[in-house]
Amino acid sequence: MYSLLYKNLQRKIIIITLVVSFAPLIILAVTMYYQFAKTCKDKTEEQILYRAIAQAESVDMFLKERIAILSSIADTHGFNEMVDEDNLSHIFNVINSRAGAFVDLGVIDTVGVHRAYVGPYNLKGLNYYDQPWFAEVMSKGVFLSHVYMGFRKLPHFIIAVRRNENRKSWILRATIDPEVLEGIVQQAQIGRTGDAYLVNKDGIYQTNPRFKGLILSQSDLDTSLFGGRVTVVELENNQGRKLLYAGSWLKSNKWLLIINQEPAEQMASLFAVRNVQITIVVFGFLVIIMTTIFTTHLAVSRLQESEATMQELNAQLVQSDKMAAIGKMAAGVAHEINNPLNVILQKTGWMEDLLEEEDIKESKNFEEFQTSVQKIEEHVERARKVVHNMLGFARKMEPHLEDVDINDTINQTVTILENYARTNNIEIQTDLSGKLPIIASDQAKLQQVFLNLLTNAIDAIGKDGLIEIKSRRLDSRICISIKDDGPGIPAEKQKNVFDPFFTTKEVGQGTGLGLSVSYNIIEKMGGTIRLKSQAGKGTTFTVEVPVVAPERK
Amino acid sequence: MHYFNVLIVDDEEDFLETIIKRLNKRQVDASGARSGEEALELLKEKTFDVVILDIKMPGGMDGIEALREIKKIQPLAEVILLTGHASVETSIEGMKLGAFDYLLKPIKLDDLLNKIAQAIEKKDTHDNKVRSAQIKKLLRYW
Repeated sequence: MYSLLYKNLQRKIIIITLVVSFAPLIILAVTMYYQFAKTCKDKTEEQILYRAIAQAESVDMFLKERIAILSSIADTHGFNEMVDEDNLSHIFNVINSRAGAFVDLGVIDTVGVHRAYVGPYNLKGLNYYDQPWFAEVMSKGVFLSHVYMGFRKLPHFIIAVRRNENRKSWILRATIDPEVLEGIVQQAQIGRTGDAYLVNKDGIYQTNPRFKGLILSQSDLDTSLFGGRVTVVELENNQGRKLLYAGSWLKSNKWLLIINQEPAEQMASLFAVRNVQITIVVFGFLVIIMTTIFTTHLAVSRLQESEATMQELNAQLVQSDKMAAIGKMAAGVAHEINNPLNVILQKTGWMEDLLEEEDIKESKNFEEFQTSVQKIEEHVERARKVVHNMLGFARKMEPHLEDVDINDTINQTVTILENYARTNNIEIQTDLSGKLPIIASDQAKLQQVFLNLLTNAIDAIGKDGLIEIKSRRLDSRICISIKDDGPGIPAEKQKNVFDPFFTTKEVGQGTGLGLSVSYNIIEKMGGTIRLKSQAGKGTTFTVEVPVVAPERK
Repeated sequence: MHYFNVLIVDDEEDFLETIIKRLNKRQVDASGARSGEEALELLKEKTFDVVILDIKMPGGMDGIEALREIKKIQPLAEVILLTGHASVETSIEGMKLGAFDYLLKPIKLDDLLNKIAQAIEKKDTHDNKVRSAQIKKLLRYW
């Protein structure tokens, strides 16, 4: 019952402690993880953003260079000069060797006719007048096309610049190798999953993406998500994986440079941190669990110990309270009983007196009367003894200190009972320590205690047995044990043996006061009487009295 | 032994009546009182050599108080205390107040007679001393 109570207590303490210590640990770990993840993501976004800006600038620079080259050639050469195909071929070779990326070069006159052409295709003589870009270049002076298939059925794009010469306009037109552009864009493809490509406003690939999709096919990107100059968004691709997209519009505002990346790849360091965190938390859990169980166990067992001590003290307290209460009651009862006994004794005395008179002596029942009166007196005497024993119990012990030799006291007591023991064939063995000090105590009271214990031992054995008496000094106490090999006291009766009027002897044989009087005497001396007994194995009473040094006289 | 008289104070009427009868039968002049107050009345009228006083009487005056008053009225009367319980403290207090001795109830008549005899003996010695002192005093002034 008690152990169950303690188990519950222990469990409660452990649970509360664990919850209280785990909660902050978990909160801390989770918060830290998310903070770190956020930082990590921000950093990744920032990186991808700057890469998009830088790459867009490179592409812009490349396009601006091509436009500048074409513009300078157009501005520095006359129409007639340019229409000469040898001359054009020479210029084409020069710019291709210096700058590169030009596929072909052509001159278109004011009505849209391709007047001169250098390049791998035979485009000379084609009329571009109806092409939308022709009108645009005529009005704006510069034109940059989307990538398209055109007459040659290969993805390409063109740059066209207008030259006004003597009120007539002509156009210098060049095709740019999209692979060169692609090369520049693809420099931004990073890691295992990173991609970089160009799309136009309608989301059509202008360069080949690294993974799914081909140039000029429709991408599934919604370009309206990318506003301003540069934007980072997180989107799910068709495989359900989250990707970070950074889009940077080129200065011409025609094309959008997209760089995408799986954030996970950038976050490898985050996962490393997470693993370290998990390890620390798990380790912390283990340490906390172990410490909690250990300390709780320690605390609860201490508690249990002190509870046991408390109970023992309580039992002692209850016992002495009981003694005190019974003492008071005994004093009252003694008075109440002694008064009627007194009257009975006087009345019988009076009857005795009257029986002495002549005429009654002649009565035939005279002897019967006399014996009856004597018996009454005898039993009044018996009752008186019981009451006096009770009073001995009730009486406060006067501090009557004298020099007492415990061994002497034991020997005297044994002498008193030796004959009685011998007639019952009981041997009394004494094993007395020669090192006992003389103490200040009450010899008569001690003798009363020893007498009680020895008489009990003899009565317990009945016939044929052995009583061993030992005396020893234990630090500041003297310990006297009286052991008999009688039938022992059953466990359920052991707690009652010191109670007044508790007796196992036959009615009329014992008052049941011997042990409680002894208990009282020894307790008042500051000592203890303890009992160790097992049914069938005899009984040992141990008396411990403190060593009190006698006063020097 | 010369003539002497005894006053017995006890609230227990059966006891009082019987003990007086038994003492009278043994040629002891014994009278009884049922309470402290009654005893004091008697003592004011008549001299007693020995007073036997129950310490614990219910109601009215208790034994110790009665003892004090008795000693005021008749300082030379010897008082023997009777006690129903062995209250040593009360007995010691009684002795300090001038009681001769005490007896535990139930008392045996022989014990009581012995105590009375001792008390008379002591009283006689004391009386003699008082008498010789008075004679000396008279002689001095003569």
